[in-house]
Amino acid sequence: MAYEFDWSSIPGSIPFLMEGLGVSLKITACALVVGMVWGTVLAMMRLSPVAPLRWFGTLYVNLFRSVPLVMVLLWFFLLIPQLLQQVFSLSPATDVRLTSAMVGFALFESAYYAEIIRAGIQSVPKGQLAAATALGLSRLQAMRLVILPQALRNMVPLLLTQAIVLFQDTSLVYVSALADFFGAAYKVGDRDGRLVELLLFAGAVYFVLCFALSRLVQLLQKPRVQH
Amino acid sequence: MSYQWNWSVFAQETVVGDGSTYAGWMLAGLKMTVTVSLCAWVLALVMGAIVGVLRTVPHKGLRGAATAYVEVLRNIPLLVQLFIWYFIIPELLPTAWGNAIKQLPPDAQQLGAAILCLGLFTSARVSEQVRAGIESLPIGQTRAALALGLTLPQAYRLVLLPMAFRLIVPPLTSEFLNIFKNSAVCSTIGLLELAAQGRQLVDYTAQPYESFIAVTLMYLLINVVVMGLMGLLERKTKVPGYMGQ
Repeated sequence: MAYEFDWSSIPGSIPFLMEGLGVSLKITACALVVGMVWGTVLAMMRLSPVAPLRWFGTLYVNLFRSVPLVMVLLWFFLLIPQLLQQVFSLSPATDVRLTSAMVGFALFESAYYAEIIRAGIQSVPKGQLAAATALGLSRLQAMRLVILPQALRNMVPLLLTQAIVLFQDTSLVYVSALADFFGAAYKVGDRDGRLVELLLFAGAVYFVLCFALSRLVQLLQKPRVQH
Repeated sequence: MSYQWNWSVFAQETVVGDGSTYAGWMLAGLKMTVTVSLCAWVLALVMGAIVGVLRTVPHKGLRGAATAYVEVLRNIPLLVQLFIWYFIIPELLPTAWGNAIKQLPPDAQQLGAAILCLGLFTSARVSEQVRAGIESLPIGQTRAALALGLTLPQAYRLVLLPMAFRLIVPPLTSEFLNIFKNSAVCSTIGLLELAAQGRQLVDYTAQPYESFIAVTLMYLLINVVVMGLMGLLERKTKVPGYMGQ
């Protein structure tokens, strides 16, 4: 082993790294909320009896699911800032990287959430919709009051697992030079010539967080299996 | 907002003077994406089968090791793993090996790191499918195989794995699709695959929308081809009498 480890640049940069972790969590949270809401709308479109809505939902979901996230982020980073600046006539100096990363993530992840939610909706027995309609609820009311609450409960483990994947994926905003947790670790490592230590540290932190979360999801899943 | 569409840009020779057109760059990127993904897929299938089997064997130590392998690879982001393979492993290896790696041409280093990283990353996911496939088989199959005098390795090789693989073709299809998409992450270490070529095209031609559309279409094409081929495989290998296939 020729390499000599020197972990001394980590303690001093903890505040900077924490700030990065904050950015990662912010993007995760935003994508999660928007993804769930827009994902639900898309899932309902895909199951809608109205053909154009169904086509749009299907096209959207399949398109986003067949291109890589890195590419989507890259394009949002290259194209959207220009577009935003032209539309809102912002000065070119305004930093819209975080916003465009958030928008890119949210739009991309909603395609995945839409599929999970669609599967959840389809896991609810058909009789529920028939019964709700027979009771005089409109289709939207039936969805909102009867189908979705049951569907969401079935989906909780899958949604959380997808959230862990999403948190891991936020490291990809590295392509837009945003200092998320990974970006921050890379910057510190690059500055101090200690890339080895910082990258291993980043990997360890991601591992601990994601592993703990996935155990939590398993705990949530257990009581469900019994009944 | 007036954007000058110019699709003929793909037929133009590149400004760097390498005798290629911009369409040539795109095709080179497509070739690289396919090469990396296919090589990584082979590695993922082999490692995934081994680890998936180890997760179901009676030996506790082997099972634990296989579980640790899967958890580590599944809970660290792909990008971090890629950087570890590319920047860190050569530093941690014995000096002579590390130097030997660093003396390789940069594109060989990138390709090697990309294939290893993507292959092992995906192998953890494949192994979960293999394990699920094996576990879905009735326990009687193992017992019958052992009762007939097969050893445990023979039972896996001749009875359990052939069945398990036929059952898990659909989830493997989506992992196969993922490996193509994940290969785009390798553009961050400088590998000139499809997404990287697309970005290069923007830098040289300032025609971002054409480039965007072309790259997207190529990924769609990959998706359609893979889904078609795997659909054929699925029909060929389908086990009669099982639901959901």
